[in-house]
Amino acid sequence: MIWILDLLILLLVVICAIAAINVRDLLSATIIFGVYSFLMCLLWAEMGAVDVAFTEATVGAGVSTVLFIAAILHTSRRSKD
Amino acid sequence: MRQLQQRVETQQQVGESLITQTAVRLLVPFVQLFGLYVIVHGHYSPGGGFQGGVLLGSSFIMLGLAYDQKTVLRLMSERTNILFGNLGALIFTGVGALCAIFGGLFLDYSALDVLIPLGPIEWRSFGIFLVEVGVGLAVMSIMASLFWDLGSAGQMDEGL
Amino acid sequence: MKALALLATLVTGAILLYGTMDFPAWGDPQAPAAGRLSTHYIENAIDETHVPNLVTAVLGDYRGYDTMFETVVIYCAGTVVISVLRRTRKENPEQDS
Repeated sequence: MIWILDLLILLLVVICAIAAINVRDLLSATIIFGVYSFLMCLLWAEMGAVDVAFTEATVGAGVSTVLFIAAILHTSRRSKD
Repeated sequence: MRQLQQRVETQQQVGESLITQTAVRLLVPFVQLFGLYVIVHGHYSPGGGFQGGVLLGSSFIMLGLAYDQKTVLRLMSERTNILFGNLGALIFTGVGALCAIFGGLFLDYSALDVLIPLGPIEWRSFGIFLVEVGVGLAVMSIMASLFWDLGSAGQMDEGL
Repeated sequence: MKALALLATLVTGAILLYGTMDFPAWGDPQAPAAGRLSTHYIENAIDETHVPNLVTAVLGDYRGYDTMFETVVIYCAGTVVISVLRRTRKENPEQDS
């Protein structure tokens, strides 16, 4: 029954990836990227790679989101195209 | 009284909030304790130097988010931070070089048995611990300084 | 131009998906990665290093050289960011005020 959870997480990962590209607001894209990282973390933990999941949760969802926000605050928030 | 008035005024200018500051002040010791636990307990549970170092660095990032940069630099000056980073990288490479100096291969920790006779197998375990501490220190310093430089655009006077 | 980019993305994705068809199944004991080296680590890591967490034993001891240069890469990245972004206030006092 674990493959249903797998399928759900993978579907959400794809949705998050498409949404992070399509959204206009850069801050929203950053937050969606954090959601993407947490879903990947859940996927690693479900596959038994707990160390990789830990790294993904701390670096991917924690620090890189903050660094993206710090970079966004020094540029304009809306993308032009 | 006048000092308090001044402090409230600067807080309103910079846009700091009392709730965030109190929450961060309560949370930071526990995050640092958890980071140390992850580094030290990496032999028995998931985790290790890299994850623990990121947790330790993120505690300074949280301080920089809630307060301004000057408060963080008073707690952990830039010179100390860079010293920690250099020390971490030096511990890792130094342990490897010591192994080569005392007659083993590079990063073969069982050669350090000549220094303190613990037994070669126990030295391999202890060498992994030393190396993890080095990785943790280096990653903590680099993560904190990355945020400090990116968040304040290199000026180091105010936070985000 | 947008259709061309979409076409390139779709074709690349299809080729990558086609490449994964030759991969061994997840958790397959007959996979090449689960051959002699992996079983050697699983059987001997605790006896040789006294570390119960296999991931830490492999990262810190058997593959210590990889971990060392990972640390060096992170250290170099941090040093470069500091040296590019950090500016002291003495350089341009007119612009600051």
